[in-house]
Amino acid sequence: MNNLNNIWQSYRAIITFSLMGFVLLFVGFNQSWALVIGIINMSLISAIMALGVNIQWGYAGLFNVGIMGFAALGGVSVVLISQQPVTEAIDVGGIKMLFALALGAATIAAGVLLNRRGVNKWLISLIVVIGYLFTRFYFSEASKLIEKVDPAITGYLGGFGLPIMLSWIVGGLAAAGAAWWIGKITLSLRSDYLAIATLGISEIIIYVIKNEDWFVRGLKNVYGLQRPVPYEVDMQKSEWLQNIVAWIHRSELQLLSQSEQISKLSDYVREASVVFVKLSYSGLFLLILIAFIMLSNLALNSPWGRKVRAIRDNEVAASAMGKNITRQHLQIFVIGSAIVGVAGALLVTYDGIFIPTAYQPLRFTFLIWVMVIVGGSGNNLGSVLGAFIMWFIWIQSGPIGLWAVEMLGNYVQEGNTSLEFIEDRVHYLRLIFMGSIMLLIMRFSPGGILPEKNKEL
Amino acid sequence: MTSDSVDIINAFALLTNFVLLPALSYGSQLALGALAVTLVYSVLRFSNFAQGDSMAFGTMIVILLTSFMISRGWTISGIPTALLVIPIAIVFTSMYLLTMDRLIYRHYRKIKAKSITIVMSSIGVMFVTGGIVRFVLGATAQKFEDGERFIFSVREFKAYTGLEQGIAFKTSQFLTITIAFLLVAFVFYFLQKTKTGKAMRAYSDNKELALLSGIDPDKMVQITWLLVAALTTIAGALYGLDKGFAPQQYHLLLLPIFASVIVGGIGSPIGAIAGAFLVAFSEILLTYAYKKFLIYLLPLSMHPSSLVQLIGTEYKYAISFVILVIVLLIKPTGLFKGKVIVDE
Repeated sequence: MNNLNNIWQSYRAIITFSLMGFVLLFVGFNQSWALVIGIINMSLISAIMALGVNIQWGYAGLFNVGIMGFAALGGVSVVLISQQPVTEAIDVGGIKMLFALALGAATIAAGVLLNRRGVNKWLISLIVVIGYLFTRFYFSEASKLIEKVDPAITGYLGGFGLPIMLSWIVGGLAAAGAAWWIGKITLSLRSDYLAIATLGISEIIIYVIKNEDWFVRGLKNVYGLQRPVPYEVDMQKSEWLQNIVAWIHRSELQLLSQSEQISKLSDYVREASVVFVKLSYSGLFLLILIAFIMLSNLALNSPWGRKVRAIRDNEVAASAMGKNITRQHLQIFVIGSAIVGVAGALLVTYDGIFIPTAYQPLRFTFLIWVMVIVGGSGNNLGSVLGAFIMWFIWIQSGPIGLWAVEMLGNYVQEGNTSLEFIEDRVHYLRLIFMGSIMLLIMRFSPGGILPEKNKEL
Repeated sequence: MTSDSVDIINAFALLTNFVLLPALSYGSQLALGALAVTLVYSVLRFSNFAQGDSMAFGTMIVILLTSFMISRGWTISGIPTALLVIPIAIVFTSMYLLTMDRLIYRHYRKIKAKSITIVMSSIGVMFVTGGIVRFVLGATAQKFEDGERFIFSVREFKAYTGLEQGIAFKTSQFLTITIAFLLVAFVFYFLQKTKTGKAMRAYSDNKELALLSGIDPDKMVQITWLLVAALTTIAGALYGLDKGFAPQQYHLLLLPIFASVIVGGIGSPIGAIAGAFLVAFSEILLTYAYKKFLIYLLPLSMHPSSLVQLIGTEYKYAISFVILVIVLLIKPTGLFKGKVIVDE
């Protein structure tokens, strides 16, 4: 017994990851491989997101409740970078919109500069209000003009038409910018202010995305985004994939007649093309995840990392040693949010469609937090494991809930109203379920599944 | 429009109807919520992210009891049934909050956890509570107001005063303002005059010293949750009577509530109330369309063609956020120097 415990303690990571692998293999053999690779891809993206949060929480104790907002900024950059520009809309309202935005920026800059010079507060307020009114006037004119251009298909300015991979970097930068601004305001204050401010900014980012149709089409969604990997249709035509599929299924195909062979083969090729496309995504995401983990481990073992941990473990002592804590926290907050932004961009790229209503705090902010806590806060590998476990539970909890309701239905008479009631609401149980997991882990196993090893310096 | 003087009166009647009364009642609802957050903050030392969803929970109980009472026909004509069931709902809500305290927060108090850890667990509670509410009532909006809808309606007001612009005074607004005033007065009386209230303030000022003077910490915590339950349930019920019940809206109330608390100075009850009214008035003044108001005041040639609305209604939550940011930038301690408890 003691022996087993020792093995478990020293090989926690290997054991848990293999268990997760077995579960995925089981699903693959029983359901479908495309499904499993889909789960893996989403887990990889979630893992990157969780990694960003883990850097903030585990390295600096910063509580970011606005993960949703930073992820959405990444998603917006995908649209803005990769979509083709809508020339007609730009001709009609582009200049006007640019002017309105410049006017708004000038107003804010003037307000800040005059405030620094010590000009009368009332005068500054007056200037800002007048500047705002003009900005709003031109802004609404411009957005109306832009939204009128073929609203069913475009109705927005479009993007820059650049390669979609560029948007991943831009997404990270956009999230980093927002994080810098928020961090600058709140990080020198109490720790809950950061939580409140990030909650606020993330809701507002989503409101802007949903309401400003000229920007990224609002509730009308953006379809048909570019892809960094080939399309399934093209793959089905490629000869080498057909050959590989034929080779894999050769024994089965040999038994069939010529015509049956062709139809069966095309079925298999269709399935294989889906798997292939998803696998290419997996490769991309895995590369990015590994790169981030290696970078953050390198950073953590450098002098910079020692400073980070020193501050985390004893702020007072570190500050007595002359370390600037606020600046350090700001750095970490910006880096973590940038990673979340990249993950947000990856997610939209993978979906191939930008849907503002998909941004729900439960799915983005909360689920990611549960991943970090379950995996083991402070441990990068833990976040990855937490991402795989929680995404799997998340994706399976819907079907399991419905299955439970059906089982219940076998014991209840037909047309029972209470059963319909439960069927209607079963997905809200997710909120209770996820909340309870988080509270239980925090209470009974605060270190998570893979607790951080390197506690002291 | 007969003469200039009447127009000014009409203009202000318009503002009273669409700005003053709604802002007063919204401000009162926020004030109760903000007071609850401030109480939890000063006694239990954490920002309670579950406040909005706890309000939804309290309102859920009110709605369930109301429909039960109506189905039995146990109503009093003219008075919203919700009002009658509030006391019972408070009992249920305090039971829920005390259970949550017992199961979750007490542990972190015992191990003297960092306040951010407790904040995190309150987010867990927020999701669980939100889930319970949505599971029981669904996520769609619903109304549960019955009884007389108006103290006086637009038509009655017009007939009485002969003004072109009417003012309606809704029962829910009247109830909100009166009840909030009474409740706030009670809370202040309790904190300032009663022995328990004084003990609570002593406990929030200095835990160790209070323990030495023989104040029972468990009792302080329980009384805090009881007060919070009363404030939360009443705030939720009044907000629901006024604007209808929708879980997501209650969840988002967290933003204006936090803004109110921080603007007023976190930990300061009077600040929470002042902050609530500041947030409510800014929200409504900035999202109100002044077109009609200006038409009453300006000569025909200067009549505005646009709505003259400073900020679209869809961004009303952004207003509380901007107020929050401005306060954090200029005066992080808030208007009424709240007791800024340093992270331990």
